[in-house]
Amino acid sequence: MTWDEAAVAEHARAFLAEHDPAAMDRLEFLRARFDAGLAWVHFPEGLGGLGASRDLQAVADRELKGTPDNQPGRIGIGLGMAAPTILAFGTEEQKRRFLRPLWTGEEVWCQLFSEPGAGSDLATLATRAVREGDEWVVDGQKVWTSSAHTARWAILVARTDPDVPKHRGLTYFVCDMHAPGVEVRPLRQITGEAEFNEVFLTGVRLPDALRLGEVGDGWRVAQTTLMNERVAIGGTPSRRTMMGVVAETWRSRPELRTHDLHQRLLRLWVDSEVMRLTAVRLREQLAAGHPGPEGSGMKLAFARLHQELSGLEVELLREDGLAYDDWTFRRPDKVDFVGREAGYRYLRAKGNSIEGGTSEILRNIIAERVLGLPAEPRADKDVAWKDLPR
Amino acid sequence: MTLLYTEVEEELRAAVRDLLAAKCSPAAVLGSVESGAPYDADLWKALARDVGAAGLLIPEELGGAASHEGGASAREAAVVLEELGRAVAPVPYLSSAVLATQALLTAGGDVAEELLTRLAAGEATAALAVSFAASPYALPSPAATLGEDGTVTGTVTGVIGAEAADVLLVPVRLPGSGRQGTGLCAVETSPAGREAVRVTPVTSLDLTRPIATVSFGSAPARVVATTDGPTDSTRAPWVREALTRGAGLLASEQLGVAEWCLTTTVAYVKERRQFARPVGSFQAVKHRLADLWLEVAGARAAARNAAARLAEASTAGPLGDEAVAVAVAVAVAQAHCGAVAVRAAEECVQLHGGIGMTWEHPAHLYLKRAKADQIALGTPGDHREALAGPAGLPAPA
Ligand SMILES: Cc1cc2nc3c(=O)[nH]c(=O)nc-3n(C[C@H](O)[C@H](O)[C@H](O)COP(=O)(O)OP(=O)(O)OC[C@H]3O[C@@H](n4cnc5c(N)ncnc54)[C@H](O)[C@@H]3O)c2cc1C
Repeated sequence: MTWDEAAVAEHARAFLAEHDPAAMDRLEFLRARFDAGLAWVHFPEGLGGLGASRDLQAVADRELKGTPDNQPGRIGIGLGMAAPTILAFGTEEQKRRFLRPLWTGEEVWCQLFSEPGAGSDLATLATRAVREGDEWVVDGQKVWTSSAHTARWAILVARTDPDVPKHRGLTYFVCDMHAPGVEVRPLRQITGEAEFNEVFLTGVRLPDALRLGEVGDGWRVAQTTLMNERVAIGGTPSRRTMMGVVAETWRSRPELRTHDLHQRLLRLWVDSEVMRLTAVRLREQLAAGHPGPEGSGMKLAFARLHQELSGLEVELLREDGLAYDDWTFRRPDKVDFVGREAGYRYLRAKGNSIEGGTSEILRNIIAERVLGLPAEPRADKDVAWKDLPR
Repeated sequence: MTLLYTEVEEELRAAVRDLLAAKCSPAAVLGSVESGAPYDADLWKALARDVGAAGLLIPEELGGAASHEGGASAREAAVVLEELGRAVAPVPYLSSAVLATQALLTAGGDVAEELLTRLAAGEATAALAVSFAASPYALPSPAATLGEDGTVTGTVTGVIGAEAADVLLVPVRLPGSGRQGTGLCAVETSPAGREAVRVTPVTSLDLTRPIATVSFGSAPARVVATTDGPTDSTRAPWVREALTRGAGLLASEQLGVAEWCLTTTVAYVKERRQFARPVGSFQAVKHRLADLWLEVAGARAAARNAAARLAEASTAGPLGDEAVAVAVAVAVAQAHCGAVAVRAAEECVQLHGGIGMTWEHPAHLYLKRAKADQIALGTPGDHREALAGPAGLPAPA
């Protein structure tokens, strides 16, 4: 059948009539919601969706408002990156095994992409995966791995062929974070806490059944992850926005207002509104089947806005801005860009122009893929990875 | 409400673009600018009559195309303005088909309807005799007076489209000692004679839409509408509505200007080579253009939003219940698009290097239009300030 707004709303209400969240265990409720196709309506039936248009998710969410949610702040990487990649490249078995506990939050995912020697230039990564019969043996080091300490699974890119140019010798895996040889060490951040980690992989054995996509096709699979990551960071509407947070401070502290701050705040209010409208237009384009290039720009705009707003708030607070809520070295189990106090928000926002592709890299992407400007000079294009200068 | 373009809007765009491609190349615009005749009468006739752009905001009953059942609206007028901006077309569209038309739609009454019928048919062109620099948030008092004999006297500066106008709509103070009140009068330019109505061109920053000083010396006039109350014209909704809605639609023209500048600059930096490579391959240049592209994408969303909100608000009367949403949409669009057009034109000049500084290259026409548009109908700062209330961000005490 083809789903429209009324049908999805009706389906969600029927589901609620049968499943009273007050009378059920939270997880049981979430599993039932997944099985009813109300997790992500644009996914296929049987995999948490209805095969409906993506914009109808808002209808399902509206109908199910107030029911237990899957705490998206804990499982952002699973929802935003692992899931779309598994859907696009996974085998039927992989989709059935992974998507349901991923969505309900029973299994947290992390992303083992970046390495000490490979950040923006991800394709140069050095973690090796060597085939031994039906298994792959993985050795290497990953870094900046958010939520590795809570993760059950990881999406992993590793080098399977060092003799070809860097983009061609990669393969994409699901890594078992409980496998012997996986060691996770916290990395303390400028906020004081350790949201991310370094992950050492030593002789980790992964069955070939955990491979996602073809051997040597890891770069293409990773592109799907990265595209979705940018949309997940910049493009999804959230309940609490940085603008809303700063506006609350402004309203509640009239004694701190100055004309200069007022001018700057109004400017940022306009910028937030323009960003919101750009995102609305982008979603309309997606729903109409014409994904616009605006997507690559959203994260860029989002990072700038978050940084300027959070910086303005600390300045506005004057003496309170000299204080910081807590430097305790903790390992949080979720990420919330607009959580805690102004100082934390200011420091955490610095990561927004680095994580998921730096703002410089995003500008390169817009310039090359949207505007069609010449690509950056690439000395490493036709050189076997093993022969690249290090 | 959608922020995308409908099929009908795309068809209209194609018609306007074809016309402009044929009759309004950059070289032609520069030629027309130098001819001393500020507006291209043939182009305007083709646009107003043949394409039917003059009547997009005028109701069907008066011969226009606007209606609530699938007819035209501010959305279509916005698309026309995008194309006109992209071509810096020297036609009195904004002044006649938007500002003057909106003043008449808001005023209503027999005289207004008679005039709107002529405007819709493309038989007459009008101009609103109010400074183009007026802000909808600080309305000017009427500069002219209506005499007891029914004639208008006074001088208005900074008027656009007056040279092309058959009818001038003048906000006036009402006659009578001690009587308060303002009115809107219509003065026909041709029968009135040179003495009664004098349009003096001002050497203008914007070559493609110059301003003029308009003087009325006992000019015969018809009263379109009047209102009692202080002469500060805040009670006279026709000027306020014209400026507010005009500002909302001007954002689409600014979008068109910015798009031309971005597209032209991208094409140029791909071609132009220095240091044995296209200058567009240098990252400093790529990143500037990526940032500009993002701002233009935002401008499109904001301008479309303003047009869509204006289309939903009733065309004639003062903005009603939707007032806040419309006012916010207009102010956001102006605050953003006004600055983006200027930035795009400035980047266009800079990234063209020396050729961008020449009279011969059309970049300057866009820079001048963009800079003038930034001042027109409220500066970006005026519009931001107006948002303090609706955004709940009060100024310091
Ligand atoms: C909070 C946070 C969470 C993260 N979480 C994860 C995670 O869960 N999993 C994961 O795999 N990674 C994660 N990352 C890593 C992130 O993806 C990388 O930090 C990022 O891709 C940049 O790589 P790098 O740190 O090596 O910097 P580099 O690539 O070394 O960049 C250094 C500077 O050079 C600039 N630069 C690099 N190349 C170019 C170029 N071609 N043109 C212009 N400028 C250039 C960059 O923009 C940057 O400013 C996280 C990062 C942060 C900050």
